[in-house]
Amino acid sequence: MEIATTSTIEIPGSQARPSGWRISLVFVASVISIPVLVVVASLALPYSDIWQHLRDTVLADYIANSAALMIGVGIGTFLLGVSGAWLTAMCNFPGRRFFNWALLLPMAMPAYIIAYTYTGLLDFTGPVQTALRDYSGLGYGEYWFPEIRSVGGAICMLSLVLYPYVYLLARVAFTEQSTAVLEASRSLGKNPWQTFAQVALPLARPAIVAGVSLALMETLADYGTVDYFGVSTFTTGIFRTWYGLGELRSAAQLSALLLLFVFALVVLERWSRNKMRFHHGSAQGTPARINLPGWRGILSFCLLFSTVFFGFLLPAGQLFLWAAAHWQDTLNQAFWDLVLNSFMLAAIAALCCLALALLLGYGKRLHPGPVEVSAVRMSGMGYAVPGTVIAVGVLIPFAWFDNTLDSFLREYFDLSSGLLLSGTLGALVFAYVVRFLSVSLQSVESGLLKIKPSIDESARSLGYRPLQVLKRIHVPMLRPSLLTALLLVFVDVLKELPTTLILRPFNFNTLAVRTYELASDERLVDAAAPALAIVLIGLLPVILMTRAMIKEDPQ
Amino acid sequence: MTNQLELKNVRVSYGDFDAVKDVSLNLEKGQIGCLLGPSGCGKTTLLRAIAGFEAVAAGEVAISGRIVSSNKNQIPPEQRKVGMVFQDFALFPHLNIERNVGFGLAQLGRSARQSRIAELLSLVGLESSAKAFPHELSGGQQQRVALARAMAPEPDILLLDEPFSNLDSELREQLAGEVGQILRQKHITALLVTHDQQEAFAMADHISVLNAGLVAQTDTPYNLYHNPGNEFVAGFIGQGTLLNISVNALGEMQPALGQLNTEIPTAPGDMLRLLIRPDDIVYDAGSETSFEIIQKAFRGAHYLYQLKATDGQIMPCLTPSHVDLPVGAALPISFNMQHHVVFKNTRL
Amino acid sequence: MVGSRNTTWNTLTGALTGALLVVGLGATYTVAAAEVNIYSARQEALIKPLLDKFSAETGIDVNLVTGKGDALLTRLQSEGRNSPADLLLTTDAGRLYRAQEAGVLQPFKSELLKAEIPANLRSSEDYWVGLSVRARFFVYAKDRVRPEELNSYEDLAGKQWSHKICIRSSSNIYNQSLVAGMIATAGEKRTDAWLPAFVANFARPPQGGDRDQIKAVAAGQCDIAVVNSYYLGAMVNSSDSAEREAAAKVAVFWPNQNDRGTHINVSGAGITAAAKNTVEAQKLLEFLARDQSQQWYAQTNMEYPVSPDVAPSELLQSWGEFKADSVDVSELGKLNARAVMAMDRARWK
Repeated sequence: MEIATTSTIEIPGSQARPSGWRISLVFVASVISIPVLVVVASLALPYSDIWQHLRDTVLADYIANSAALMIGVGIGTFLLGVSGAWLTAMCNFPGRRFFNWALLLPMAMPAYIIAYTYTGLLDFTGPVQTALRDYSGLGYGEYWFPEIRSVGGAICMLSLVLYPYVYLLARVAFTEQSTAVLEASRSLGKNPWQTFAQVALPLARPAIVAGVSLALMETLADYGTVDYFGVSTFTTGIFRTWYGLGELRSAAQLSALLLLFVFALVVLERWSRNKMRFHHGSAQGTPARINLPGWRGILSFCLLFSTVFFGFLLPAGQLFLWAAAHWQDTLNQAFWDLVLNSFMLAAIAALCCLALALLLGYGKRLHPGPVEVSAVRMSGMGYAVPGTVIAVGVLIPFAWFDNTLDSFLREYFDLSSGLLLSGTLGALVFAYVVRFLSVSLQSVESGLLKIKPSIDESARSLGYRPLQVLKRIHVPMLRPSLLTALLLVFVDVLKELPTTLILRPFNFNTLAVRTYELASDERLVDAAAPALAIVLIGLLPVILMTRAMIKEDPQ
Repeated sequence: MTNQLELKNVRVSYGDFDAVKDVSLNLEKGQIGCLLGPSGCGKTTLLRAIAGFEAVAAGEVAISGRIVSSNKNQIPPEQRKVGMVFQDFALFPHLNIERNVGFGLAQLGRSARQSRIAELLSLVGLESSAKAFPHELSGGQQQRVALARAMAPEPDILLLDEPFSNLDSELREQLAGEVGQILRQKHITALLVTHDQQEAFAMADHISVLNAGLVAQTDTPYNLYHNPGNEFVAGFIGQGTLLNISVNALGEMQPALGQLNTEIPTAPGDMLRLLIRPDDIVYDAGSETSFEIIQKAFRGAHYLYQLKATDGQIMPCLTPSHVDLPVGAALPISFNMQHHVVFKNTRL
Repeated sequence: MVGSRNTTWNTLTGALTGALLVVGLGATYTVAAAEVNIYSARQEALIKPLLDKFSAETGIDVNLVTGKGDALLTRLQSEGRNSPADLLLTTDAGRLYRAQEAGVLQPFKSELLKAEIPANLRSSEDYWVGLSVRARFFVYAKDRVRPEELNSYEDLAGKQWSHKICIRSSSNIYNQSLVAGMIATAGEKRTDAWLPAFVANFARPPQGGDRDQIKAVAAGQCDIAVVNSYYLGAMVNSSDSAEREAAAKVAVFWPNQNDRGTHINVSGAGITAAAKNTVEAQKLLEFLARDQSQQWYAQTNMEYPVSPDVAPSELLQSWGEFKADSVDVSELGKLNARAVMAMDRARWK
């Protein structure tokens, strides 16, 4: 085999190859960091009077609302995600196997779409309140009903679709926990619930923090939901400053400020991950599940069912009803083109992200020097930056490069290269990579952490070069993590809107763009078909992930 | 005297497979018992059944006279008052040593808890590491924390699952002795599971040798070595070889190993199996009997030779290390057995 | 087990690689010779049918990217002279004014356009023209409000309308240009005085779109909504019966008929400075401004034609004639930022 044909055995850590890894890692990470750096660089530009105005009027509101949103979504995703993970991973109750995968369903639902459907249902003029008024005879102001378009409403919407991040990571943490540690707690007199609260939960904390911080980054980047609900957050403030005040520079400076929030989250997340290393015990077999008979089982079922119901079944059902009424108008050739475009784009971006995440994650494992580590960290920052801001960060350097090259060629060769990168699918995919690399990087890195260094060392000592080790040892071992990485990015790109809107080439539409255009024209019913298509395509990876999960869980 | 632990005909099954088939055992207060056996013999399963992590399919487990497991009722682990020391120690990585030890002491008041923690930490000699975290300690220290943690709530019985297997071999015996001493000093009833005889000998009063889910023999370490009840125990405990022999009408063994000295009744022509320990055969320069050396191993003070008897059977011989003969040479020997351990040869 | 996992993996990788190829190839196709490229802030559904008609008539292909006005403007700016766009289409005059200021538009000469479009609805330096007009009027609950009680935008700050007004967020360009219009006629000081009183009369925190405001009036949450004309038109013609019922419960009021007139804004377009197909672009502009196209706007989008010679749709006619604010729509663009700041000061969310 390969060993036989390799005549020279390379000494691990020798200088011949590693520099290649090092250089490509730092290069790739730097290129990916450009858009974020462009945004950060705006801080160095002069500050306009707008800042004074923002500080005097709305900035406090932006910060307060963003903070409230983060706290709310943090608590919401924690409660939903952890309870789901604990019940399905560690307990036994009716319907557990169904919830294993059903709890992932809301992942396929973009936050702005769930916001549209709930508004349609729960608004003052929606069917629920109308029925309430008809039934009770009460009029406006004579009864109390929760206002869906509020900070609270936005928290609910975002929590309902973002908790699967926490669920996924926490579930893995619970199933991989050392059984002996949990048993030790039982033998020391703690019942299963005390064991959960005092041992399992603190041990899973790094994974939970990682999941929650992903959810929070998505929250900070969300524009569609908060804009629709009229909640002024940092993100809506950025757009207001840009669109309303025509101050792109101040908007970029606001974005850079937002990045500070994000940076705090990233640090928090990294810190948790570092702690995870000590926390990794050896899982020996599956622990005995806690049986939840009688009312406790029913309660668990109801809790999880309502999560799935409100996070997926109800909004998807509403979309289906709307779409069904108009399917003749929407299911034409143009619609299938949209489906194809969305699918392809998401697939390509997911593959690119995965390949780069492997390069960065593995490169960092080979050379965990300070330069490499910070380069990799920097490249993951794009996740929490609103898509539009990323798009501007891509637009400006790409166009600059194109124009500089063009001018150069014109001057010296009398040639014009025009726009090589700008306005191409390549630029769009690059923007997706900047935005979503963090997602695949997280999966790859946490997967790599679980592989003992001695495994690398044994492969290297058997004569494999780092790339071969990656290919023949890590990739096969990491398969579940890689699949997760691929699928998460796929779903994210499928739902992505603002970057696509700005950077796409001529005549190139996606489902998300179509959904948004119709919804922003307040044609929710017409928007239902493309929205439903996003949800359905988003289900594909969820189903694949589900299959992997069911294999892990044969009981 | 009441039995602190009583197992009656315990069976533990995984699906169709009976990991423990039928085990009965007793431990009196203050006794240290041991389940000894090769891997896969069911010893850990049995221990986990006692702790309440596995259900019994048949039989009963009683702790301090209270039935905690039967096929009708399983009391959950946390209500059994058992302490358990795990193979990988299973310390809580998110808690420091002090809080690990105090984990099972929630029912105590703050000051009582503190003094109990201090008492245990000084017992295991780790007072200075109270604020350290588990990953900061050496394997031996972690082991002692695990012991202290399990002892803290004053359990009715302490269960130790291969507690020393994660440690260096030199440390193992030393710690086993120390732990045994601590347990005796505190008059703690304990049950140890191990596959290592030295550990078992160093700690336990009574050892039950388990084989394929059944108790092969329960006895003191001395008796297990010198009076194994069956071939399995004879082969498992200590070093030794079983030779096929026969007895003639004069009570002499064939091949020529001298007069058979045993309590078990034999008849001329019986085919028997004789247990030979390496120290049963000694170097004797003047002896007429000599066997061919087919293998030798240097042991420092000794050589361990493998000899081939005339009928082709292999037997061990321990000689002082100055007796240095090459492989292939003949080693003159004599037999030095006050007492012969023989079994009926069931293989024929 | 391992085998089946492998298969899944291989299938997936294979599918993705295939996807890569297909899109890669698809993206490299080149467009035909006669063409015009548009960056449009107007949504595809609201413009595509007209563009298709243009292509059919002239044989000129039209390529389209839609997006937010300012984002497209930024794209245009950063692409510079190499930008592929020939035409910038926006949904308000403010963005066109910004584009003109940023130097990404070029002036053009078209007598036809000048004849068709009134001067206040196009750039005085011929950088852009308005293509359709929308009015921001009042919609009120027929059963709770008598039209005699209504008068002007300014009047909505009166105490009698406390907790009676529904209007969307100030992040929306329609409201920004409404307030800019007020600043243009009344000045910043008087606008600043008016805004807080107006905001205090809101029945609920601003939320949702214009249709939601109309629905809220119909449902009794408020008595008056300030909305764009075509949203009511769309609701009247909606396929959703609930929307039609809501539209039936409200009536239209044209504010400020006794003074400056009802606030209007335009959607419009200009030829980019980097345009390579200027002739085709101008052709398309003239096509969009001609009477037939104007009628299409009116019929399909419920907008008002820019040309005074073209009659609006029957529904629009049923709402009656109105006097439109004659302020130069470029002014609205100039004053947009000040309007936003004024609304910030008044805590209009």
